[in-house]
Amino acid sequence: MIALLLRDLRLATRAGGGFGLGLAFFLIVTVLVPFGVGPEGGTLARIAPGILWVGALLASLLSLDRIFALDHEDGSLDLLATAPIPLESVVAVKALAHWLTTGLPLTLAAPMLAVLLNLPGPGFFWLTVSLALGTPALSYIGAFGAALTVGLKRGGLLMSLLVLPLYIPTLIYGADCARRGAAALAAGTPLLMLVAITLGAVAILPFAAAAAIRVNLR
Amino acid sequence: MSIWEYANPRKFMQTSAWALPWVAGLAVVTLLTGLVWGFFFTVDDYRQGATVKILFVHVPAALMAVNSWLMMLVCSLIWLIRRHHVSALAAKAAAPVGVTMTLIALFTGAIWGQPMWGTWWAWDPRLTSFLILFLFYLGYIALWEAIEDPDTAADLTSVLCLVGSIFALLSRYAVNFWNQGLHQGASLSLAPGERMAMAFKLPLYVAMAGFVLLFVTLVLIRTRTEIRARRLRALEARGRMA
Amino acid sequence: MMLELVDISVARGGVPVLEGVTLTLGAGRALIIRGPNGAGKTTMLRTIAGLQPPVSGRIVLPPEGAAYAAHADGLKATLTVAENLRFWADIFGAGDIGPALAAMALAPLRDRMAQNLSAGQKRRLGLARLLVAQRRLWLLDEPTVSLDAASVALFLQVLSGHLQQGGAALIATHISLGLREAEEIDLGAFRATAPRAGAFDGAFA
Repeated sequence: MIALLLRDLRLATRAGGGFGLGLAFFLIVTVLVPFGVGPEGGTLARIAPGILWVGALLASLLSLDRIFALDHEDGSLDLLATAPIPLESVVAVKALAHWLTTGLPLTLAAPMLAVLLNLPGPGFFWLTVSLALGTPALSYIGAFGAALTVGLKRGGLLMSLLVLPLYIPTLIYGADCARRGAAALAAGTPLLMLVAITLGAVAILPFAAAAAIRVNLR
Repeated sequence: MSIWEYANPRKFMQTSAWALPWVAGLAVVTLLTGLVWGFFFTVDDYRQGATVKILFVHVPAALMAVNSWLMMLVCSLIWLIRRHHVSALAAKAAAPVGVTMTLIALFTGAIWGQPMWGTWWAWDPRLTSFLILFLFYLGYIALWEAIEDPDTAADLTSVLCLVGSIFALLSRYAVNFWNQGLHQGASLSLAPGERMAMAFKLPLYVAMAGFVLLFVTLVLIRTRTEIRARRLRALEARGRMA
Repeated sequence: MMLELVDISVARGGVPVLEGVTLTLGAGRALIIRGPNGAGKTTMLRTIAGLQPPVSGRIVLPPEGAAYAAHADGLKATLTVAENLRFWADIFGAGDIGPALAAMALAPLRDRMAQNLSAGQKRRLGLARLLVAQRRLWLLDEPTVSLDAASVALFLQVLSGHLQQGGAALIATHISLGLREAEEIDLGAFRATAPRAGAFDGAFA
């Protein structure tokens, strides 16, 4: 299982692995927002937590189809499904690899982009914490969506349609936590809810995703 | 005699062919009674005027929007556990009906909301929940459409329905939390229940029963269509092999 | 006994392709599956590999199961030969990949990216994976595609070694392998006939 994690990390960081694309997308989205809403500092400060959360969510969504589609194309998924490790673990490990290559870098980049959006001082801590604890849920929910559509030729758009509604609770609690933090309000409750969603997603969704993959390989 | 006998497509077709005219007729009668009673034989609300009467469409549609998803959830579970094809097809058949009910609820809500709150749309928890439900319906229907093999599609949509139900429920609570978080104490509530007079309640119940019967009628028709489509598929496959 | 199929029927995309397949495969034996394109060779191998359930019938496999080599080799273009093989060795809990590389004459290529391999070299790497999988039953789908004569000979040598160590193999192929241990089976005999009404697709037909 460590081998699978290392392989996925290695593939993501090699040429054509897409590592960095998500980050670049996150950067561009964040830069585009002031062009859309105007440069006024107060407005930007108010919407910064939401923009950064939505941006991170979309950047995470972009790379989801790589989780299983490439392995499906080259036959690795068939072989992994007949390998001695359970498919549920394969899903969990691949989702973890996805988080390490997208969610974690996004979390680390977010404070820097928050400077561009004029995020108030106390918001930085809560933004980073909420992203760090919430983006794993995005990867695991996304892995489930990717598993549902792995057998489809052009499943990318459909996958977005399936995954985005599932992202809503994560987004609500995550952005709310960051927003309350930025407004110097108590942000503990949404953070706890966010952690609950992440833990639930990590615990349950690999089973659903593995079931979907088995159906798709049939 | 077990209820699972109706899971056999042939038996289901026979029974539903017999039941359909009765259910459909009853649906028309109940619906007309409820709506005519509600629209023309109730007094105008002292504050809301005649506008309030849209609730005779709005509330039953909202009820069926949620119940349709619940029915799909139950059918998906039955399919995953007992592999009854009719169950999977009934879930497939209910989805477009459910999404239509959701749209009706959203649109009548907007039409009602405009004169009452002065806005077509507010990010009220209840409205938002229905919008999210609409998105879940869209995803579910799109997944059915995208997959060619019917059993694969049934399996995957069932899994999506299960996971989607959990997340829809989570969204429901998240939205409540979120809106409170935004505007303290703001409460735009559509709830018609609290102070409603019996004169409104009775026709509303009849209209609700009418919508339930309408839903059953539509789902029966659509399930029969899906079964026929599957039968056609099977016959074609058999023809190719012969 | 390495593999026993009892009255297996398999379907592809909901349409039955094979029915009534009954066979046994003992240790040290190989069975060549013949049949024209579309006869159901791949579907049958995938069914035995456990990737799809049979429509009916019983499959008996030893608990450690089978190693399956499909048309696609499951190689990652941006990993080297050694990295690709090392990964599968770790997944299947094998130790050294040196012998497997040597057996398929891949040792000189070990640090080359898989994307720079020729089709035949990729195939050899795919077959080397069988050696690190340490499964006694091999399910091979067109193993010799794009291999040159020398590579085919190499593959036969590896396969013979596997059989002599008490392994077994089920091979779908169009060419003659000339294996002493091999029997042949023609899937044409098991072609699914148009089913009776109600025999498939639930009770729809």
